[in-house]
Amino acid sequence: MSVNDLFKQELKVINLGLKSFQNDLKSQGVTTVQVNWKPKAGGKKNMLNLLGRISKTKKL
Amino acid sequence: MLDIIETANKEALEIIQNGQPTLVGLGVAGEVIPGMAKDLFLHAGPPVTWEKMSGPLRGGVMGGLMYEGLASTPEEAAAYAASGKLRFDPCHHHDAVGPMAGIITSKMPVWIVENKAYGNRAYCTLNEGLGKVLRMGAYGPEVIKHLQWMETVLYPVLKATIEIHGPIDLKTMIAQALQMGDEVHNRNKAATSLLIREIAPSILKTSFSNEEKIAVLEFLNSNDHTFLNLSMPAAKATLEPVGKVKHSTIVYTMARNGTEFGIRVAALGKRWFTAPAEIIDGLYFPGFTKEDANPDVGDSCITETLGIGGFSMATAPAIVQFVGGTPKDAVRYTTSMYEITTEESRAYKLPTMNFRGSPTGIDIRKVIETQVLPVINTGIASKEAGVGQVGAGIVHPPMACFEQALEAYVNLLEDEGLLEE
Repeated sequence: MSVNDLFKQELKVINLGLKSFQNDLKSQGVTTVQVNWKPKAGGKKNMLNLLGRISKTKKL
Repeated sequence: MLDIIETANKEALEIIQNGQPTLVGLGVAGEVIPGMAKDLFLHAGPPVTWEKMSGPLRGGVMGGLMYEGLASTPEEAAAYAASGKLRFDPCHHHDAVGPMAGIITSKMPVWIVENKAYGNRAYCTLNEGLGKVLRMGAYGPEVIKHLQWMETVLYPVLKATIEIHGPIDLKTMIAQALQMGDEVHNRNKAATSLLIREIAPSILKTSFSNEEKIAVLEFLNSNDHTFLNLSMPAAKATLEPVGKVKHSTIVYTMARNGTEFGIRVAALGKRWFTAPAEIIDGLYFPGFTKEDANPDVGDSCITETLGIGGFSMATAPAIVQFVGGTPKDAVRYTTSMYEITTEESRAYKLPTMNFRGSPTGIDIRKVIETQVLPVINTGIASKEAGVGQVGAGIVHPPMACFEQALEAYVNLLEDEGLLEE
């Protein structure tokens, strides 16, 4: 299906990321679902570092 | 080549899945709880001193002193508790659990639950009912009188009853109750009914007077929370052997003392990771508001640690009338708990989740990675000693507990030379 054909149909959008994108679409009557997404470890550097170190656990 | 962490967690989950919590009898705390003594009071949550105890714990201790005959007024009790003559220790350090303040004193009767698969035992007091009760920090004359009735009538009748009946498989009873709209933390209506149905004939077979048997049956029937004090030691007995699994990142204890929330992780043994307990988002009884609430308190979130209670709220939609929210929220809570757990229970199935097993085996790595915190439903005690329950609601552990535990876990791996350079 070409992109132009896609936009001729009713759009149903799954939004991943900033909720304001979903709000904009919603205000135009587009059916949307917001994915409840957070960056890994909430983006906390110290926690990402710890998880990274755990992933290097030796195999026995 | 074996992945150390996955292998350890698999072992931990096998222990949880294979647990066989069974009610084997009743006893007196001072006689059956390991290390129990007249000058020792057990309390909910991680260790805490009298100075740092919150209102409900202080109230519970004061009531306990009057119940034990060590003080005759609240003032005398408070002075005794502060004198240093009394020792305090978490229930969890003595194979026990206690709801809310969780005070266990030497004279108190307790349920004895044995994990038949691993041979360990867990203990819990008998539930007092709702309202002005010791576990909520109330200590008035009516509270002490009721405790005395439990000791002199309820306990001997139930002890004789279980001796006549024989052991009761709590795993099957919990599994059935989950099919009947309970999540066995704050909704125990079905489980309590099943228990009564099971033991009623044996109550009648005891040699006590009709008046006493009727009083016991009426009390059990009037108190939907009777089974809470069995679901808790059932969860404790199931989880305790997990605390010995080396290198496992599975949480085997969550508990609160009203001041701090604490967790324990298998690989890190008996060490507590604590942070200030949270205020509960909930529904308040008429005349009370959030201003009256004590922070989160009690050992009852051992049920959530096992994957029942708040983790299984989807199966108990009616509970939202007690703790707030909508049935949709209940499904959302349960769904999100699969994000931070390792397996689905093979025994505890949830009809409203298409009979998926309850989410079980909280992994600290998943909590940190997803930033999804365990969900707990709970009673709310007044922050003032002597008042009692003021509401019920939903609460989470502080993320700091899991962050500290993860850091300690990485340090452990490092100390043991198990991390690649």
